[in-house]
Amino acid sequence: MNNLLVLPFLIPFAVGAILILFSKRIGTQRFLSGLTAIIMLGVSIYLLTVVRAEGIVVLEVGSWSAPFGIVLVADLFAAIMVLMSSIVGLLCLFFAFRTIAPEREKFYFYPFYFFLLTGVNGAFLTGDIFNLFVFFEVMLISSYVLIVMGGTDYQLRESLKYVVMNIFASILFIATMAFTYAVTGTLNMAHLAERVAELEQVGVLNVIAMFYFIVFGMKGALFPLYFWLPRSYFGPPAAVAALFGGLLTKVGIYAIIRTFTLIFPHNLDFTQPILIWVGAITIVIGGLGAVSNFDFKRILSYHIVSQVGYMVIALGLYTSLAIAAAIYYIVHNIIVKTALFLYAGTAQRITGTTDLKQMGGLLKTHPLLGWMFFITGIAIAGIPPFSGFISKLSLVIAGFETGQYVVSGIALAVGMLTLFSMIKIFMYVFWGEQKHTKAQGKIKVGDLLLPAIPLVILTTVLGVAAQPILSFFLEASNQLLDPSIYIDSVLKGGGA
Amino acid sequence: MEILMSITVGVLFTVGTYLLLTKSLLRIVLGLILLSHGAHFLLLTMAGLQTGTPPLLNLNSEAYADPLPQALVLTALVISFGMTSFLLVLSYRTYQAFKTDDLEKLRGSADE
Repeated sequence: MNNLLVLPFLIPFAVGAILILFSKRIGTQRFLSGLTAIIMLGVSIYLLTVVRAEGIVVLEVGSWSAPFGIVLVADLFAAIMVLMSSIVGLLCLFFAFRTIAPEREKFYFYPFYFFLLTGVNGAFLTGDIFNLFVFFEVMLISSYVLIVMGGTDYQLRESLKYVVMNIFASILFIATMAFTYAVTGTLNMAHLAERVAELEQVGVLNVIAMFYFIVFGMKGALFPLYFWLPRSYFGPPAAVAALFGGLLTKVGIYAIIRTFTLIFPHNLDFTQPILIWVGAITIVIGGLGAVSNFDFKRILSYHIVSQVGYMVIALGLYTSLAIAAAIYYIVHNIIVKTALFLYAGTAQRITGTTDLKQMGGLLKTHPLLGWMFFITGIAIAGIPPFSGFISKLSLVIAGFETGQYVVSGIALAVGMLTLFSMIKIFMYVFWGEQKHTKAQGKIKVGDLLLPAIPLVILTTVLGVAAQPILSFFLEASNQLLDPSIYIDSVLKGGGA
Repeated sequence: MEILMSITVGVLFTVGTYLLLTKSLLRIVLGLILLSHGAHFLLLTMAGLQTGTPPLLNLNSEAYADPLPQALVLTALVISFGMTSFLLVLSYRTYQAFKTDDLEKLRGSADE
């Protein structure tokens, strides 16, 4: 029993509700939201230390015991994800202070920002499938509002597709839960895990597992359901795009990893090839999309698709090192992707466009932006000593250990495509002749880059201090690979 | 009763999918509404329908109905109600902005 577990989503929920009252007072909104984001970061760091010290922390909401009531569970993986969401939430918020138009601020930008974080953190911490659905919906409805806010023609058109796709996925989710409940008679994840193990995951349970994969894959932008992502992430302002690009798809991936390590790990012969090959096709498609595009934000959006594939491959390999690589990849990707979207927003602020062909020579007028982009760009391409290198390395080692040479080869080859598209951005945007006017060249962007600096530091630290961090992630992955720890702490005695 | 409900669910899913695949915006919204009704019925049916039994454990009666699916459906229903109203507003705004409800014309230009 530990009430600490409700804080990561209760705080943003309460503050979001309060912020609605101050919708016309921008100063108050900024102060309150900034303060809240800092408190959330503190809470999530504290949560991680508690989980590290005491093992899995469980809260039975309203003291209804485990299979009957709703439980909240934080294992290391969930605590790491909550920490990441707090970091990204804080930094994107400070970027938003500088970039979001006052019209948006007056029309409930901050409340929905916090409702989004409520959904994300809730999805990480819940121990009940239906509750997961509810938090998904909280997250999605806020994301609909944030993505369409501003109401330009492009936003309306593309958000419509995003909304229709996601509502369809939600309906599929409900149907899947119906089948799950019919077969197993429970929706508590730990209880489900126990029952599925008793039924040995054959026949209809495999179908259910695949349905979950489709539902979460749709949210996580896996092949062939990725096409909505690059278009819809292009529309909203950079702060929102950075938050979405960093966090939202990873919630889908988190749910896939959770279900396939906890509930459906009993039929690896069937699930493994599907996960691995869907992941492999996803990274190739994402990589090719990034190479073929000539727009800053679109290239980054296709990278999201590509990177998500790596995480699913790592899950498919299903060894201790591979899952640790998946966690490493998620953490690395959240940091780097957020930073890159922030640069895209900054470059857009300077030049007024995100079209690569209309940009050039930014390195001369804004060297700090250029070099920060360079570090992050080679980090995502997997060049040492930054975090991308370690995550790819551990993934490929895990691939070789399990004999998946083809997939490891694909993963490495697409790494080249990523590097190529990053170099393309660097050459078009930062090298070449200056295409923006002298007045634009004098725009100061120091305050816009401030939120990205912690991210650059983090990616460097993740790469340089790989040994302790990887062993910490191995600890988290061993916890994931032994579902009995999770099941016991939920069903027997209610944990710490 | 379960058979009848299952057939209803099947019909709702069929019609919903058909409408979802058309090109008109309003039909897509209607299709999603029907699909979500189907999913809610499915959730209710899959738990097994029982008539004439109380939803609480009672000393006097042998059987009892499972109250959980009803709680779940209620939650899902409220959520889908909110989603549907949002979607309707969004489609209307899109219709206003583009003066068309034909999805073929809402594709976006080729160079994007």
